[in-house]
Amino acid sequence: MISEKIYKKVLGIGGALIVGLLFSIFITLLINSLPTIKKLGFKFLYGKTWDPVFGNFGALPFIIGTILTSVIALIISIPFSLSVSLFVGEYYRDTLMSKILETFIEILAVIPSVIFGLWGLFYLAPIVRTLQLKLSLPPTGVSIFTASLILSIMIIPYAISVSKEVIKLVPIDLKEAAFSFGATHYEVIKKIILPYAKSGVFAGILLSFGRAIGETMAVTMVIGNSNYIPKNILTPGNTIASIIANEFLEAVETIHISTLIELALILFLISFFLNFIANFIIKKQKVSL
Amino acid sequence: MIKKIFLSLILLIFTRLYSQIEIVGAGASFPYPLYSKMFDEYYKTNGVKINYQSIGSGGGIKQLQAKTVDFAGSDAILSDEQLKTFDDNILHIPICLGAVAITYNVDIKDLKFTPDIITDIFLGKITKWNDERIKKINPDKNLPDLSITVVRRSDGSGTTFVFTDYLSKVSNEWKEKVGSGTSVNWPVGIGGKGNEGVAGLIKQTPGAIGYVELIYALQNNLPVGIVQNKSGNFIKPSVETITEASDVKLPEDMRITITNTENKNGYPISAFTYILVYENLKKANEKMDYEKAKTLANLLWWMVHEGQTYTKPLHYAPLGKQATKNAEKLLKKLHFDGKILLK
Repeated sequence: MISEKIYKKVLGIGGALIVGLLFSIFITLLINSLPTIKKLGFKFLYGKTWDPVFGNFGALPFIIGTILTSVIALIISIPFSLSVSLFVGEYYRDTLMSKILETFIEILAVIPSVIFGLWGLFYLAPIVRTLQLKLSLPPTGVSIFTASLILSIMIIPYAISVSKEVIKLVPIDLKEAAFSFGATHYEVIKKIILPYAKSGVFAGILLSFGRAIGETMAVTMVIGNSNYIPKNILTPGNTIASIIANEFLEAVETIHISTLIELALILFLISFFLNFIANFIIKKQKVSL
Repeated sequence: MIKKIFLSLILLIFTRLYSQIEIVGAGASFPYPLYSKMFDEYYKTNGVKINYQSIGSGGGIKQLQAKTVDFAGSDAILSDEQLKTFDDNILHIPICLGAVAITYNVDIKDLKFTPDIITDIFLGKITKWNDERIKKINPDKNLPDLSITVVRRSDGSGTTFVFTDYLSKVSNEWKEKVGSGTSVNWPVGIGGKGNEGVAGLIKQTPGAIGYVELIYALQNNLPVGIVQNKSGNFIKPSVETITEASDVKLPEDMRITITNTENKNGYPISAFTYILVYENLKKANEKMDYEKAKTLANLLWWMVHEGQTYTKPLHYAPLGKQATKNAEKLLKKLHFDGKILLK
């Protein structure tokens, strides 16, 4: 009985610690970004220039860059992650082939991001450069699109890891019932599996989106680090995570440090709300099923 | 018995650790290879251990302010406002010199550049390699009809400071529009992280131009531009021309940038790298005692004299006569609560 109580307490303390930690990170970011909030207010959110020398700071280029790269990466990755999840979770379930595939996807998830960045710089950038030359744009090679391509590859394992498990969880009798009505495999996927598993698939996609907005190293190597609002997706840009990593170490003036911390706060809030919305959608869907 | 041996062993290790003075520093990454070599040699000959973390000049200055290190390495000089935030005077001891090289991806060796051409390229005004102005000073070179892609550092860096400081001195437009700093608002171009990031982007992008530390350019056999200095001479960056650049009238506190040097044989984008210390070493931190302060002062003296022999093999430029003299004067000011440390 006593051990039961202790066990419960330990669990409770553990949970409270995590919540407390999250909260204290938020407070730390907020306190340290106060100088900028006081000085620039909401202007910081829609300001377009980033000039540490003359003290003009605007976050808009980075907010746009972050959202653009993540959304494009998501659009590119969804068809792949969905089809691989169906391949592994439904068509070739528990076969040797899908086991090999799963292992490879897991390996993809543990490759350090700097390796992705290097690979992107040496192999993807030249491909993007030929594309830019054909469209007579400046042949930089590194661009928002290059970063999105790298990100889409990096986030695929995260989307798959969740959605393949949910697809496997679809009750066999539901599927068999559909087959007995003469449904084709495609119809079963479209009408039974995907509707049943959609909240899980969605959660997986969201997890990968969260990964995309926070990725730093790989992005900074291939995005071009240009602190302006990108004219189109084939021009260089920058993201919140990347500008923080680039400038924080050598930032000396209080206001410069504080703006970078406020950027971190914005990133924190974006992730927080994304998760919040996702949870909301997942719960709603479960009721409707 | 075994226990006794064990205990005495531990005791021995601890007393050994305790009796040894360890000096801790942090800061600029540019001189890190040189400092490692110097500190290693100094440890071999004098038995003093020096621990230097290359966390960047900005980080070093913050650590010195927070009193967690004995000295800081910095490529930048402290401004008057920055100096006021310290509770004692900070000395700038010059240790060696470095330079920023212009490097490019066009298959032509020894391209010449004038200050206004460099400025206009980085302002985005000159956009083609076969621009009339570049042709004019490189009449014997076959310049291609290729777009110029500007590559610069994306991370805050002393290299960027030296380069933008130079541009601010040679161009009023640059000074007003962009200014100088470790990170600036670049009008055009793409950014790479670190020297290797910039060099990687340049190597990959035909028609790219950028700036890197000279040492990095030399070690990686990158093409290096020849830059016209204030006296009108075209100078190739080298250890000798960098030292020449510092052979000008220097202020006693050494807080000066020598970019756009007056010296007629000097390479115009050169800079000192410094070690920053509290003039009253007692103020450095709580662990600092007289003996340690004396050790640190001796180390710094050694670095600006005997230590200079290690500069050239690593492509760093040694201090010139004038700079050495000033460094000596500064080091003689070092004291521990009024007790002068060097005579």
